[in-house]
Amino acid sequence: MSASSHTILNLPDQSTAQLPRKNFINAEHGLLSWLLTGDHKRIAILYLISITFFFFIGGAFAGLIRLELLTPQPDLVSSDTYNKFFTMHGIIMIFLFLVPSVPATLGNFLIPMMIGARDLAFPKINLLSWYLYVVGGILTLTALVLGGVDTGWTFTAPLSTHYLNTHVITTASAIFVAGFSSIFTGLNFIVTIHRMRCPGMTWFRMPLFVWAHYAASILMVLGTPVVAITLVLVILERLVGIGVFDPTKGGDPLLFQHLFWFYSHPAVYIMILPGMGVISEVVSTFSRKRVFGYTAVAFSSVAIALFGFFVWEHHMFIMGVSNYSALVFSLLTMLVAVPSAIKIFNWCFTLQQGSITFETPMLYAFGFMGLFTIGGLTGVFLGSLGMDIQLTETYFIVAHFHFVMVGGMLMAFLSGVHFWWPKMTGRMYSEALSKLAAVVTFIGFVLTFMPQFVLGYLGMPRRYHAYPQEFQVLNVLSTAGATVLGVGYLMPMLYLAWSLKYGAIAGDNPWQATGLEWQTQSPPLTENFPEIPIMDHEAYDYEWLEHKTAQEVTHVG
Amino acid sequence: MDSAIATTHVDSPGPGAVEQQHEHVVLPQHRHHFATEEQQRESGSFGMWLFLLTEIMFFGGLFFAYLLFRNWYYDAFVAASNTLNIGMGAANTAILITSGFFMALGVWAAEVRKKNLLVLFLVLTTVFGCAFLGVKYFEYKEKFELHHVPGASFDVSQFIHPPVDANTGKPVGNPLPPDAAQKTQMFFFLYFAMTGMHALHMIIGIGLLFWLLARAQRGDFTAGYVAPIENFGLYWHFVDIVWIFLFPLLYLINRHPLAH
Amino acid sequence: MGISPVLWQFLVKWLNASALFPSEASTIAPYMDALYFFLLAITLVGVLLVATLIVTFSIRYRKAVHPVARQIEGSTLLEATWTIIPLGLFLICFIWGALLYFRIYNPPVNSMNIYIVGKQWMWKAEHPGGQHEINALHVPIGQPVQLTMISQDVFHSFSIPAFRIKREAIPGRYSTVWFEATTPGTYHLFCTQYCGTNHSAMIGTITALSPADYKKWTEQSTSGMSLAQNGERIFASMGCNACHSGNAAARGPNLAGVYGSRLRLTNGSEVLVNDAYLRDAILNPSQHVTSGYTPIMPTYQGQISEDGLIDLVEYLKNLNSNDRVQQTLTTSQSDQAVPTASGVVKP
Repeated sequence: MSASSHTILNLPDQSTAQLPRKNFINAEHGLLSWLLTGDHKRIAILYLISITFFFFIGGAFAGLIRLELLTPQPDLVSSDTYNKFFTMHGIIMIFLFLVPSVPATLGNFLIPMMIGARDLAFPKINLLSWYLYVVGGILTLTALVLGGVDTGWTFTAPLSTHYLNTHVITTASAIFVAGFSSIFTGLNFIVTIHRMRCPGMTWFRMPLFVWAHYAASILMVLGTPVVAITLVLVILERLVGIGVFDPTKGGDPLLFQHLFWFYSHPAVYIMILPGMGVISEVVSTFSRKRVFGYTAVAFSSVAIALFGFFVWEHHMFIMGVSNYSALVFSLLTMLVAVPSAIKIFNWCFTLQQGSITFETPMLYAFGFMGLFTIGGLTGVFLGSLGMDIQLTETYFIVAHFHFVMVGGMLMAFLSGVHFWWPKMTGRMYSEALSKLAAVVTFIGFVLTFMPQFVLGYLGMPRRYHAYPQEFQVLNVLSTAGATVLGVGYLMPMLYLAWSLKYGAIAGDNPWQATGLEWQTQSPPLTENFPEIPIMDHEAYDYEWLEHKTAQEVTHVG
Repeated sequence: MDSAIATTHVDSPGPGAVEQQHEHVVLPQHRHHFATEEQQRESGSFGMWLFLLTEIMFFGGLFFAYLLFRNWYYDAFVAASNTLNIGMGAANTAILITSGFFMALGVWAAEVRKKNLLVLFLVLTTVFGCAFLGVKYFEYKEKFELHHVPGASFDVSQFIHPPVDANTGKPVGNPLPPDAAQKTQMFFFLYFAMTGMHALHMIIGIGLLFWLLARAQRGDFTAGYVAPIENFGLYWHFVDIVWIFLFPLLYLINRHPLAH
Repeated sequence: MGISPVLWQFLVKWLNASALFPSEASTIAPYMDALYFFLLAITLVGVLLVATLIVTFSIRYRKAVHPVARQIEGSTLLEATWTIIPLGLFLICFIWGALLYFRIYNPPVNSMNIYIVGKQWMWKAEHPGGQHEINALHVPIGQPVQLTMISQDVFHSFSIPAFRIKREAIPGRYSTVWFEATTPGTYHLFCTQYCGTNHSAMIGTITALSPADYKKWTEQSTSGMSLAQNGERIFASMGCNACHSGNAAARGPNLAGVYGSRLRLTNGSEVLVNDAYLRDAILNPSQHVTSGYTPIMPTYQGQISEDGLIDLVEYLKNLNSNDRVQQTLTTSQSDQAVPTASGVVKP
């Protein structure tokens, strides 16, 4: 084991270490071998590159928004352009970044390895899933280049169907296609987890990362088709104009709301659950301890998925829904908040009696736990009917979802990328720089979004291009924070890219973690394991790991 | 990736694996990432059922819209539904059920390894599927001629002043007030959206059938590997079931064929 | 509220002065703020708890001082604790929030009604006395005011942060919200539902006036015709008086006093005649046929604007007898009978 008392990082002797001679990256050469691959790990890398590309485009729009909001006047761009900024920011970040981020990159890469399989159940569908994502992305870029769309990511009808002449159909088609990417990913995961676990891998020996993805996949598979048909209706409405959402023709604008939010609420759980899976793995590894309350965390994931289907009307509390239906959905919203709280406390208590080190993934995980707690609890504000009246449609909502999605999900994604980077690439990045980036991101994030809670209660509406003078100070603080945040997100691009060529060789298991993926070479073989493993121990079994390592040490040569 | 060469490799039995102690011969269709044939087959079947579940959710949105508007505009829906050609609709239902029947027979033929029967049944499935689409074409054409296609050219006059039936001398339906007559457009929108989406799925299915036919002719499915036929069969039956729901919901609203 | 009024005033006024908190200008505002502070307290406690756990455990169990981890499976007691306590707290938030919600969306019976029409990109406020305002609303303090709102095009949302009220203005149906202003002053009005290009320009000013000032304002700003008077004009010019004349043998039901009554329809259902019903009956008459009558009323969809509909609703709300209906009917009938001079268009 490592002699250091401050880190568990255990790299092989760099003077003799080499990347494994044969691995999934050098197994085949040429662009086509990547573009036509069935290897889940290669597809994960393809996804990683594409979502990073879209993340920076979405981020650029965020920067433009915050730049405009430095001053109360609408002086940087015209209102139509500003409306396109926040629409494109939302669409790209949600559908082209957050939804696929952890599942399509880390999930694709790791789930087969974690359960001891050679690949996902349907490798070709996995590849198709990536191509659908790319087509969705290209269509979005097309809409962008042709002039953009300004419906807001929520496509609210009848605004989007009758009152705008921007590229709504192109964008709706883009999301339709990207949605199927998500559906196929989820389908693949569910079948894989059910059918392809290695011998001895029972449901309750699986890493919690897998449980989290299983729950998210249920949502992907059952929820996404509904937004698909909703988008079809929007497109048909624009093309034919029959009036399904138009009250003057007998249609109902609230029908759109119900159909849209039926998916879009579970969508947020699709986004967060995989991130929570990452946190389970990271907190366990860097405390050297099994996750506290494994069963509770596993069932909480599934509970969030199930309850998540029954709360969608909480996005519509002030939209003229019946008071009694509002009661039901508010109650259910309170119920869905509980499993998340359970998980946070279980992670906290994983730390107790552990042996804790503070490598970068752990720093991001701590950031997640704090910021997600704030974000989640502000969700309770919004689920509480009367409170929602004051807070809905203001910057409070913006702050809330950025806390859970950026402070929560994005931090979890970065935690996961930093955790599994050595496994995926065989290389280690600069610890000092990565820790710095984590801290910078955290500070930038809090500075950007904390003021927005205050703005929200003050009443500053969301999606506003101009605002009353007295809101300026808070907006300036927020923009300042955004600049810091931007730096924090650029840094990993630099040092991670650098590590590909110059980083230390990581070896099989630099973090001394227990998962099956860590018991084989980095980067892994195309077929993942030379032999299918047999799972004869519990998840997060550090005693088994110690025993195994001791055996390896004494049996060398 | 598709390997027709039998490779020998050591593999440990997967979960629920067959107790094969004999030399494991890898079948041509075996994908390398599956531990056993059974795992592959079960995964494929599970995957198809899951996909059909997503299709239910997909159509579900349209069914929900139908539920809402039929509830709100019942009279308009009755009047509009009664203009659909029930003969064609019933015929189509019979055609599609027959098509499904032949598909089921096709699955059986594949399982008992009778190649020519399999090809025959697949051909019959395709023929009846195309017949369904043909009838649909005539139905749509009639709707187009009557100006019942939603949009700018939609004509409500037939519902405000129903034409008189030449045989009975009575109007074919109850006249609707103008504002209710406008709502018939909503019915026709749902009619075209739902049957159109269904027809799209049938076209995709027929495309897949041609592919399966080609492979069946080559003998791919009569050597023990029936999964594609089985799984396609599931898909085809699902499309059939959607129609079984669409037919009464769209064609049979408050029909009284014997009362005049 | 339980906490010292002095502390409360200090908190609210201090925060308000630092532009970090909206002023409390309505009767419901303190209730909203109380719930807000409760939720803030829970959040603070929750975050502090989690932060404390993380920090203390990180210090106490860092590798340098605790090199060997003890494997612990879990604790049912702890699981129960942190399931039940959050659930309990969240349920309190649910009940409290629900009570507040019902309070805000159920107006008291003595509310005065003002109509709001939202359209891209402005708010029109229509007082029953005929005062029309654009992007502004004058209200008296100490009097419950109900807003009956509708949108002419897309979703908008009428928000007065200082009053702590907000509700969507929906195309195609009325929505209502009420408030009682407590402090004279001017307050922000925002549209908070994204509605297109000039969404952020769809803002205005709410002016709360003392009752005397408000009375003065109404007298000064009237356009001459009240909403009901305009409604009467439309009722006659659109020919409604022909069928709804109030005669026994009239083709349409008598509308005097119908507002607020329960009506039996031809399909057997019983409905309460309120604003929404009247509006719907004008636009979709065939679905709202009074029992005993035939569905011959034409639809006025597309012929009357939302403003016109509001005028008609207001007219019918105040219609107690058919005398003036008869008079206008006679007038229009005699108008029809007069031989036309060339070039004159009959109304």
